[in-house]
Amino acid sequence: MNKNWPLWEIFIRSKAGLNHKHVGSLHAADADMAVQNARDVYTRRNEGVSIWVVETKHITASDPDDSDQMYEPAKDKAYRHPTFYDLPDELKHM
Amino acid sequence: MTDQNKFDYILQQADNCLILGQRLAEWCGHGPILEQDIALTNISLDLIGQARLFYQYAAEIQGEEKTEDDLAYLRDAWGFKNVLLVEQPNGDFGFTIMRQFLYDTFSCYFYEALMSSSDERLASIAAKSHKETLYHMKWSADWVIRLGDGTVESHNRVQQALNELWSYKDEIVIETSADSDALAAGYGVSLAELKEKRDAKITAVLEEATLSIPEGTYSHKGGKEGVHSEHLGYILADLQFLQRAYPGNEW
Repeated sequence: MNKNWPLWEIFIRSKAGLNHKHVGSLHAADADMAVQNARDVYTRRNEGVSIWVVETKHITASDPDDSDQMYEPAKDKAYRHPTFYDLPDELKHM
Repeated sequence: MTDQNKFDYILQQADNCLILGQRLAEWCGHGPILEQDIALTNISLDLIGQARLFYQYAAEIQGEEKTEDDLAYLRDAWGFKNVLLVEQPNGDFGFTIMRQFLYDTFSCYFYEALMSSSDERLASIAAKSHKETLYHMKWSADWVIRLGDGTVESHNRVQQALNELWSYKDEIVIETSADSDALAAGYGVSLAELKEKRDAKITAVLEEATLSIPEGTYSHKGGKEGVHSEHLGYILADLQFLQRAYPGNEW
């Protein structure tokens, strides 16, 4: 029966102010169950304060075969990095 | 012993938590899918955690240098005050879900009321446990609805579970002398008020689950006074073996 349950990708916000981060995937019959399952599987050791679930089939990924044309051209363009600014200490998580 | 009645009152709830926690722990590694295996054992650990808070307090009241471990591991079946509902065997997943639902609908409103206890220690245990129990009730109610309003087979199985457990659901809201004394003394909960809220919740969920509500009014009794079904002895044999065979042994 569980073979028929769709796969869901799980995103957890570890604390207020941080991004939701992909932590893994699990099976569930619908979105409500996916949130509950994610709560039990991924936040039982106090890992999170918010959960997003997305059914895996709704995610479109880039093709690894296109890596050369997609990512190589950015490698030698150091001037696109804002590395010439001094960041104040108060600014966290940059 | 400074307060026998309060001691008995606390043990009623402590033993419900421990025995149901032990029953749910039997699911470890046997859940229908990995995610629900973890859900079942998470709830088990919540319940054992609640049991510990109550046993620690009860041991302090008992004095005589007793600890929570003495209460959990070294009492015999007739000393346990849990209701018969929580010692019933797991059965299939639908049966475990229904047993859990019939317990959660009690414990949720019990802790809600116990938060107003005149005993600060009980009120604080209740506040912590209530949050956990709200989630347990959401989980078990959702599953009752999923299974009841699911396939023909899931509906039939959970209906069968409801029929079998119906006569076990009310013992927990029938007053013992410990309950009525606790209410009179101000630290206990009104089971009459609790029953009204609980019954309304049970009815609403069962109707949404398209289950037929059994008509029987008979209730099994005895657990709260230490008179148990044959099942409790086997549970305690599993639970207490290590401490009985190797007294004082630690990890």
